[in-house]
Amino acid sequence: MAFSNNKIKAIVERLDKPATKGYDIIHRESLFSRAKTSPGLAEQPGYTGYAYWKSTLNIFKRNTVAMFCLVLIISITLFTFMQPFLPGHKDPAKIHNNESGMHYRNQPPSLQFLMGTNSIGQDLWSRTWAGARTSLVIGFAVSTIDTVLGVAMGIIWGFSRKIEWLFTELYNIFDNVPQTILLILASYILKPGILTIILALSLTGWLVTARFIRNQVVIIRNRDYNLASRCLGTPVWRMMLSNLAPYLVSVITLRMAMAVPVAISDEVFVSYIGLGLPQNIPSLGNLIISGIDKLLEPSLRHQIAFPALILSTVTVCFYVVGNAFADASDPRNHIY
Amino acid sequence: MARYIIRRTISAMVTLILVSSLVFILLRKMPIEGYFHNFEKLTPSQINIGLENMGLNSPIHIQLWRFFSNLLKGDLGVSNKYRINFPISKLVAIKMPTSLFFGLMAMGLSLLLGIPLGMAMARSATSQNRIKTIDIAGSAYITLVQSIPKSIYHLFIQIYVTELVNKFTRLPFLYSANNPKTWVLPIISLSLSGIASYAMWTRRYMVDESSKDYTLLARAKGVSPAKISSRHIMRNAIVPLVQVMPSSFVGTFMGSLYVESRYSIPGMGGLLVEAIKRQDNTLVQALVLIYTALSIFAVLAGDIAMAAADPRIVLSKGGTR
Repeated sequence: MAFSNNKIKAIVERLDKPATKGYDIIHRESLFSRAKTSPGLAEQPGYTGYAYWKSTLNIFKRNTVAMFCLVLIISITLFTFMQPFLPGHKDPAKIHNNESGMHYRNQPPSLQFLMGTNSIGQDLWSRTWAGARTSLVIGFAVSTIDTVLGVAMGIIWGFSRKIEWLFTELYNIFDNVPQTILLILASYILKPGILTIILALSLTGWLVTARFIRNQVVIIRNRDYNLASRCLGTPVWRMMLSNLAPYLVSVITLRMAMAVPVAISDEVFVSYIGLGLPQNIPSLGNLIISGIDKLLEPSLRHQIAFPALILSTVTVCFYVVGNAFADASDPRNHIY
Repeated sequence: MARYIIRRTISAMVTLILVSSLVFILLRKMPIEGYFHNFEKLTPSQINIGLENMGLNSPIHIQLWRFFSNLLKGDLGVSNKYRINFPISKLVAIKMPTSLFFGLMAMGLSLLLGIPLGMAMARSATSQNRIKTIDIAGSAYITLVQSIPKSIYHLFIQIYVTELVNKFTRLPFLYSANNPKTWVLPIISLSLSGIASYAMWTRRYMVDESSKDYTLLARAKGVSPAKISSRHIMRNAIVPLVQVMPSSFVGTFMGSLYVESRYSIPGMGGLLVEAIKRQDNTLVQALVLIYTALSIFAVLAGDIAMAAADPRIVLSKGGTR
């Protein structure tokens, strides 16, 4: 059965040598030994040592761009939450005055204000990170609601035949209405605030997730191997966990990863149309909108460039990581 | 086929009525301050008269009935805030052609560049070369365009490209109807995401198709790779693309909020947002209805187009086309 690497190397070396009569034949035979019969091993399929999560991680790790993006996401997320506790932190809402009591208006980046100040003398460095924090919280919250609600509803939708029509009709209605209109209406009707913006942004996303999940469940639940499992008396929870879940993991992670950048850029959209968070809560949307006018003034461009850079980095990284993980977690890609 | 279309149309009408009614009711729940520009100065009786004049005092189902019965006469009502007493149908007729022009130009450009890019990427991805340059470059473009928020790249393209061009010749930042030079940048901005999504789907479907048996057979027969991809694979890969085309066509009616507002193009883009902000309920109502109807129509047209492009798809159950 099992050969150590050294043993394989030894075999290959010997096979490469020109055969000398007699001597080699004896040695080749002695290299092999009969494997013992073992009932445990007999249960294992051809791909010995296959483990779902190990393969997923292995494939993911091979994608260097995605690994880099993952590290970047983790560091940005950690930094946004650590930043308020760093020494020399300035309150993002505080208006800074110089000795003569004047606002530090539109300062260029300096040691005192790492990213300069805005038109009323607030520190842009801390504002940007506070904004990134708000946006990330919104992104993660929307993504979580989306996924939890979507997966739960999708599984119910896929498994129950009685209320299937209800979901289908609901989906048809929402699918026919342009998403932008729903978003605009929802953010208008709900008064601005972090909680309401999360609610508005997660209004329809879960339905799309639910449909994805439902389609997968319907496709997979009647496959032969599930039928076999059922015949063999496998408990339902184990069928769900080891027969169904691996096929859903890729869909779920993809949706989860994509929901974050979508929510973050939707927040910018809602701010752009003037229905976003109030100005006293810094968010990337707010910062970018208030920076738009500064673009025409070349000396003030850093005021929008920095939040825009953070925003784009976060969305690009989530996009790349989501796609890479979806590819890696798809069991069909595991055969190599 | 006919039965299928009828069934779909009926369910579309039901959706349309449901959505319009829902929006109608939700809008009536908004505070009444928004209906008046000088609310603080008005006496209760003046407010009452104002509400009466706008027809807002009747019970909600009567208002709803009034709205739908006017609609059947082809009357979308008049705007009550955005342009006071201006017929909405006229307003839309003025604004829509501009959006339509830019949208169609951008869509044409996306198709013209996106599908060949996707084909080139697919050929590069399935080729024997070790380094798939075109595929990598194309994927990088798609990733960037799809993941960087539109709000950001539209903005930066407008400022930086205009500045760059201004070094050689004069190009204004904003759109002007009689200067075709100012139309180019908005069209390019609008088409970037379309190019990316057409390229992405074309590539994906073509890669999927290229591992099918008929492709293998064609290769075994010795058909040249260029011919395989254009004659065999593309015909199969185009089917799902045909389905989304009506949707992107209809999308052009709505205009793009970002591009139109950045270049101050007088199109449909910001109309809904503006109407909502000013609580112009009749306009919001009419626009939601128009957009929803267009979007329903687009999905239906997409399904029919797909059936027309692929003889294997039969839409009605048990029937033949």
